[in-house]
Amino acid sequence: MTNRTVLVLLDPATEIRTSALELFTIARALGTVEAVALEGVGVEVLAQLEAYGVESVHQAEFSDAAGHVVTGDERHLPAVVAAALAAAVRRADADVVLLPSSFAAKEAAALTARALDAGLIIDAAGVSEGDDGRIVGSKRVFAGSWDTSCEVTTDVAVLTVRANAVVPAPAAAPVNTQTEPLPVEVPELGVTLASREVKARSGDRPPLEEAAIVVAGGRGTDGDFAPVVDLADALGAAVGASRDAVFEGWWDTYVGQTGVTVAPRVYIGAGISGAPHHRGGMQASQHIVAVNSDPEAPIFEICDFAVIGELADVLPQAAEEIRRHKG
Amino acid sequence: MRIVVTVKYVPDINTDRGFEDCRVRRTPDEGTLNELDENAVEAALQIVEAAGSGEVVALTVAPPDGDPALRKAFQLGVDRGVRVSDDILAGADYFATAAALAAAVRKLESEGPVDLVITGMAALDGLGSVVPTLLGAELGRPALTLAKKVGVSDGVLSVTREHDDVTEELSAPLPAVLSVTDTANQPRLPNFKRIMAARGKQVEAWTASDIGLDSAPAVRTRALNAAPRPERPEAELVTDKGEGGKALAAYLITNDLV
Ligand SMILES: Cc1cc2nc3c(=O)[nH]c(=O)nc-3n(C[C@H](O)[C@H](O)[C@H](O)COP(=O)(O)OP(=O)(O)OC[C@H]3O[C@@H](n4cnc5c(N)ncnc54)[C@H](O)[C@@H]3O)c2cc1C
Ligand SMILES: Nc1ncnc2c1ncn2[C@@H]1O[C@H](COP(=O)(O)O)[C@@H](O)[C@H]1O
Repeated sequence: MTNRTVLVLLDPATEIRTSALELFTIARALGTVEAVALEGVGVEVLAQLEAYGVESVHQAEFSDAAGHVVTGDERHLPAVVAAALAAAVRRADADVVLLPSSFAAKEAAALTARALDAGLIIDAAGVSEGDDGRIVGSKRVFAGSWDTSCEVTTDVAVLTVRANAVVPAPAAAPVNTQTEPLPVEVPELGVTLASREVKARSGDRPPLEEAAIVVAGGRGTDGDFAPVVDLADALGAAVGASRDAVFEGWWDTYVGQTGVTVAPRVYIGAGISGAPHHRGGMQASQHIVAVNSDPEAPIFEICDFAVIGELADVLPQAAEEIRRHKG
Repeated sequence: MRIVVTVKYVPDINTDRGFEDCRVRRTPDEGTLNELDENAVEAALQIVEAAGSGEVVALTVAPPDGDPALRKAFQLGVDRGVRVSDDILAGADYFATAAALAAAVRKLESEGPVDLVITGMAALDGLGSVVPTLLGAELGRPALTLAKKVGVSDGVLSVTREHDDVTEELSAPLPAVLSVTDTANQPRLPNFKRIMAARGKQVEAWTASDIGLDSAPAVRTRALNAAPRPERPEAELVTDKGEGGKALAAYLITNDLV
């Protein structure tokens, strides 16, 4: 079924996220790729869309019921994103909608599916076409201990896809991406948005949810994250933490089922015991490495390689070796 | 102030969770109240306490074996527990669950106004985090989700919402739907007095037709497969005697991970 149309949510549209490139890569295997943007598309972003084979961009132009143009932060609220996606599906007669698996995108996905009576799969780790041509999503659940798959039985399928589901790859040949304005009427929200702040992304370190390598520190750091950061920088990795370390104020983002879910190529946990809540957010990682001074630490049950030792000794030495290896 | 808290019965994350015939395996003694719904219960109790009077009703859509979730909610201090069970809701997806919860809230509303519906941030079995939003849409009420700070005054709900790399300040007039994160509060523990009080409370069991749902919801997805992942091979453990960091680096380098 190659005449399938696949819409990908592009938010933000001013800078490209790895998650968007992964979604384009998945979408190309399913059909014709089109993007939906909530704001003007940046020049560099457009070049990436062309390289990744995105045929067109539906650029939402929001107005309220009275016809006034809406350009505020409301555009990123799930109900508004859903209105844009549903409008784009109707106009493009699209079959599949792909979004990243962020909390906000999950809500937008649910409202989009509700508006279209579409089937919804949350947190897919893979998207493919089943034997009967229907869309199949695979999921890794229960802290990475079970693999499940599920097919969408409605005409339209809406899926949120986990980061690192595929390695992003440009199309065999670039395309000439068309931009088309998409008029969208913002639904009655009943909500007042007083402020919206987006945390600036650090330029030198990949974001936690997208990184190929994650180094996370826990209570065992006793508040000193310098060795964790040092090893992460040597590896070009993102830095994460356990929830306890974040509650102590030692770091700002934690890995786990209520924090960020990561599934990188390598996860390194230092001074983290491996509580079920934490495991839920990292157990699907390909290689799990732990550094812990307690030979009985539960994290050893789920890792591939571990050093029993003081993290303040082990991490700097590892960082130095890696820097030497990289030259 | 009258508040409905939605609570789900889920397999305990400390047990060996799994599937049977593509459905989550339910074992009577390995289930619990979804831990994240304790934050919802706590938020409801605090708001009613601050208002000086009111009622908190715990509501679940589950087979009868889900009652331990409601009994735990009783022990935390909720006043009533309602369970909606019906064959037509077996295998309910997010949409059917939200529709059933909404219909039950409407029935509760026919007895008297419901100012707030409070949910957890996610059910720990599926981790969907979408039922709260869908419930808002079903009820036609504003939904403020993922609140880490909650305030109610003069009939207005205000929250600080934190998700991904975004922080938002939002408000909406009551009645509304609210979901709270695990950092919104510290759930209280059942104490002797509450446990004794809970003993006298009965779960109210409603069927689909009691809440005005007559036909099974349309099916939108079909489970194909569920299989346990192969066990990880036993870990290679190195005790640091001065070379532990080098061993770690060597593991990464030989596996081509650097
Ligand atoms: C509803 C709920 C949701 C939760 N969600 C999450 C979540 O999403 N993510 C999360 O992480 N947690 C979550 N938690 C908390 C979780 O249950 C654990 O409490 C937490 O993960 C423990 O953090 P930790 O491993 O850093 O600390 P600890 O369990 O105290 O472990 C510290 C470890 O460091 C080791 N150590 C100590 N000193 C050293 C040293 N010098 N060198 C090396 N190792 C050392 C110790 O041996 C120990 O194993 C949640 C809890 C609840 C109730
Ligand atoms: N079957 C259910 N019965 C009652 N509440 C539910 C049910 N499913 C989900 N919820 C509520 O919705 C929240 C989010 O669930 P979910 O969207 O499934 O992750 C939970 O924390 C519960 O408060």
